[in-house]
Amino acid sequence: MNAGSKYEAVIGLEVHAQLLTESKNFCGCANRFGAPPNTQTCPVCLGLPGVLPVLNRKAVEYIVKTGLAFHSKIAPESRFARKNYFYPDLPKGYQISQYESPVCEGGRVEIVVDGEVRNVLLHRIHLEEDAGKNIHEGSADVSRVDLNRAGVPLMEIVSEPELRTPEEAVAYLKKVRNTLRYLNVCDGNMEEGSFRCDANVSIRPAGSDALGTKAEIKNVNSFRFVKQAIACEVERQIAVVEEGGRVVQETRLFDSARGVTVSMRSKEEAHDYRYFPEPDLVPLVLDRAQVEAWARELPELPDAKRERFAREYGLSEYDAAFLSEERAAADYFEETVRLSGQPKAAANWIMGDLTRFLNEAGGEIAASPVTPERLAGMLDLVENGTISGKIAKAVFEEMFKSGKDAAGVVKEKGLVQVSDAGEIERVVEQVLADNPNELAAYRGGKEKLFGFFVGQVMKKSGGKANPAKVNEILKAKLQPPG
Amino acid sequence: MKITRREADHAARLARLALTEEEAEKTTEQLDKILEYVAKLSELDTKDVEPTSHVIPVSNVMRDDVARPSLPRVEALANAPDSDGEFFRVPKIIE
Repeated sequence: MNAGSKYEAVIGLEVHAQLLTESKNFCGCANRFGAPPNTQTCPVCLGLPGVLPVLNRKAVEYIVKTGLAFHSKIAPESRFARKNYFYPDLPKGYQISQYESPVCEGGRVEIVVDGEVRNVLLHRIHLEEDAGKNIHEGSADVSRVDLNRAGVPLMEIVSEPELRTPEEAVAYLKKVRNTLRYLNVCDGNMEEGSFRCDANVSIRPAGSDALGTKAEIKNVNSFRFVKQAIACEVERQIAVVEEGGRVVQETRLFDSARGVTVSMRSKEEAHDYRYFPEPDLVPLVLDRAQVEAWARELPELPDAKRERFAREYGLSEYDAAFLSEERAAADYFEETVRLSGQPKAAANWIMGDLTRFLNEAGGEIAASPVTPERLAGMLDLVENGTISGKIAKAVFEEMFKSGKDAAGVVKEKGLVQVSDAGEIERVVEQVLADNPNELAAYRGGKEKLFGFFVGQVMKKSGGKANPAKVNEILKAKLQPPG
Repeated sequence: MKITRREADHAARLARLALTEEEAEKTTEQLDKILEYVAKLSELDTKDVEPTSHVIPVSNVMRDDVARPSLPRVEALANAPDSDGEFFRVPKIIE
């Protein structure tokens, strides 16, 4: 923050997550991204007269499971409400949402920033429906509307204004997204808009308890943009106040190309939503037995997995956190460990070479050309001495590029480690003969040269000599004769 | 309770109604009367009455999560004032 520590930011996030149901929230149209425009609509989601919405049972299960995962209180009874506003992507003229009685109240999300653990409190989680999609490009005088998305089940997760920095906001969002993906209730695809975020940002004098006037920044749809948008909005508000002005409550849009937020005047008057109970939907009553049954179905979540990885596999806190963050990576790790029995080596390879190659290739770990079976196969070859750790690097790269297994690559490239003492001795003798000056210097007391000889031997063997054996044999041969 | 012209104008704007001066005056007056009439209800003692959002004692009407065929696009677009055969078309939305 430019103006130093005079101010602090107060950030609250609203996450909109589309639920991974087969059908929409209140009708049987398919809930699928990417279909041709307006091919997934019916009289209910088009808002035609005389139709009645009927709630999707699965959407209820998913929001309750989400609430349980975030330690929310699950309301024994909740209701739907109409949120009234006019927009072309909202055919009914209202959005079915929840107002006074959401499905989940309270809750918390544990985040770690700079090694500090913090619990970010949740305000509520409610169930609603998505709107359609407006397309503004392509014409100067018309906008086009696709209603395939209208009525898709949407869960809104609202945090308390408890976040203080853009970094905390990103850590929170990542944790929420990963948890939803663990639960398999939302695919978390920010590009396709199935996981979206609005940020409420205000500033106040550092240390104050008062809440300043907030601006709502709409649809910041990548972790990078969230960080940038919040940072530049905080700067903007500080500048306004420093110049003697006042922050006004408004909706702003982040312009990622220019790195600024801009006011959306069109939304200003729309804030009077005139909520009232949705007469077409009866109350939702959740019985305890059902909620408890869903609680028993919850998978192991990131925090529990992180603790177990550290405890069970002896991983460092950092490694355990890294590997438990995404369910796919955690599953990959555990499968590799199950097959190889080498948790630390598996962790190192996954966090190192595998992550690097996946990042370069832009691939997902679940579709990695090196499968857990293949990585375990390679770890076995290292452990039983067939290849050295160094050679393994080259083997891994070849496995990643060719999709072959480790044994195949090793055989094809002739990379089997040489552990035969006679063969290594021959190479060592050759190296000593080729470097008489260094040999004399070493024997004269320059023991640092040991590394030089190791390097020469490894080089001459094409990296294939067993390093432990090389050390042993070199030590013996470097002793002055007699 | 008195409805002001300002409130009536605000309600009209939210409902996207363009009222003439005469209609606005009339609406203000009528709204006021309607609210006054409904306000009679607050004379009742509702201390021991649960707030009612639905008058029928029914809950949990739900459907299984099964996708069914949607309308053919040509039918979905049939009632639209304007379309291009793929999308609904509306006057340009300016952000």
